[in-house]
Amino acid sequence: MTTTAMTETAVALAGVSKVYGRGGTAVRALDQVSLTAAPGEFTCLIGASGCGKSTLLSLVAGLDRPTSGDVTVSGRVALMFQEPGLFPWLTAAGNVELALRAHKVPRNQRKARTGELLEAVQLGGFGGKRPHELSGGMRQRVALARALAQDADVLLMDEPFGALDAMTRDLLHDELDRVRERVGKRLTVLFVTHNVREAVRLGDRVVLLSSRPGRVIAEYPVPVERPRRIDSAPVAELASVITDRLREEVSRHGR
Amino acid sequence: MAADTTLAGLDALDLGDGTPGRGARDRVARISNAVWPKVAAVALVWVIWEIVHLTGWKHYVLPGPGVTLSNLWAQAQTGLLWHAIGDTMERAVIGYALALVIGTVVGLLVARVPLLRSAVGSLITGLQTMPSAAWIPFAIILFGLNTSAILFIIVMAAAPAVANAMIAGVDYTPPLLLKAGKVMGLGGLSLTRFLILPAALPTFVAGLKQAWAFTWHALLTAELLVLVAGQPSIGVLFQADQDQTDMASTIAVMIVILILGVIVDALFVRANSAIRRRWGLS
Repeated sequence: MTTTAMTETAVALAGVSKVYGRGGTAVRALDQVSLTAAPGEFTCLIGASGCGKSTLLSLVAGLDRPTSGDVTVSGRVALMFQEPGLFPWLTAAGNVELALRAHKVPRNQRKARTGELLEAVQLGGFGGKRPHELSGGMRQRVALARALAQDADVLLMDEPFGALDAMTRDLLHDELDRVRERVGKRLTVLFVTHNVREAVRLGDRVVLLSSRPGRVIAEYPVPVERPRRIDSAPVAELASVITDRLREEVSRHGR
Repeated sequence: MAADTTLAGLDALDLGDGTPGRGARDRVARISNAVWPKVAAVALVWVIWEIVHLTGWKHYVLPGPGVTLSNLWAQAQTGLLWHAIGDTMERAVIGYALALVIGTVVGLLVARVPLLRSAVGSLITGLQTMPSAAWIPFAIILFGLNTSAILFIIVMAAAPAVANAMIAGVDYTPPLLLKAGKVMGLGGLSLTRFLILPAALPTFVAGLKQAWAFTWHALLTAELLVLVAGQPSIGVLFQADQDQTDMASTIAVMIVILILGVIVDALFVRANSAIRRRWGLS
């Protein structure tokens, strides 16, 4: 993986393939995926099981290397998972503060910055709580604050709201929009989800991946004005178009 | 702004009103619930012992509970028993502390360095199964009849258990947390300090209890065989009672050992439940 700051793409994948294992049992998770994201762009990746979405995020995060092809990321990367992955021995504030510490933020600035970040996800009064004392949605917001603490330019989100109830999820969609406005820089987001409406609600662009192996089969710009609602007509219309295309792709595997 | 208040409202609903407060009456009830089964168990043992005594089985050597307890009471009035308990506990604490330091360092190195793990990983388990009595000749030849020999025997028994607890704790670090830590930019020493060690803590503390059991076993074995001149330990008391066929005193000292064991166990249970509460596991 190379890191460059000169290009006007935040994330670029060029002909990226990833094969797990060797010989007859090898599994091709990603096949010749090419994808670019402009700085500040919100890209949603959608696909059925086995489309290699999580593999793709691992490659961008630098947790894994592609078998072939190039992954280029400009700036710092933070990653959020479906589970918050908070450290249970630390408070909400402690979790955020550890990320600041890992990024060498001086001690005297950490406390104030932690307060700001928790405030940004509307958890100002909950810094002293431990993760198990918070609800699922609140934990995921602490995880978001922790990701923001890493001062990332690229935020990777792997089904971050997948385990939440519908009401909490809708509110967190609004929250995510607001937080992106508040961070004061162009935060590029790669957001993986199974939920087509969620993808259309959030994304500037929706990228559809095929399954086994994962390939980019279609891209849909989302020309819907913000603020958006998940239950508005334009969101639902585009979502149904994408859902049809996704079902077509899935049924190919049943034949 | 509407969305802000909705989110705050949802948070309040999700968290509920918190757990109902515990009053003083609950506290009394809780303590009595915890205490009475133990009292009943002691009473049951007393009754069975008394019955065995009344049947007259080996009555010329086996005293009844009344005689034994008054013996214990009499011994508690003398300084000797307390002095012996003090000496033995001092050895236990020093030996355990040494085992803790050595075991933690070795365990952490073995867990984090793959080469070391394949080299000495199974050796540690092998050492743990070695009976502590097997170290006694070695220790006496090496150190002579003194406290160092006893401490050495304790360390050889308890340090492998500590090391294994550390290794297990590191191995059970949830992969998701490791991934989160790595993405966050933790690596090398800071990964160990801020992630691996705290994540290993619950498993480690559970293992420390086992290491204490090894310490206690090794110590009593060592004290019976490594008699250090001028130091009245529990082992020395046992030795004297055995020489004088004083069964009442022997059992009295055994009761002391049992009580010490129960007290230390309670301390470990406390530490364990404090950690579990902190983590939200209970």
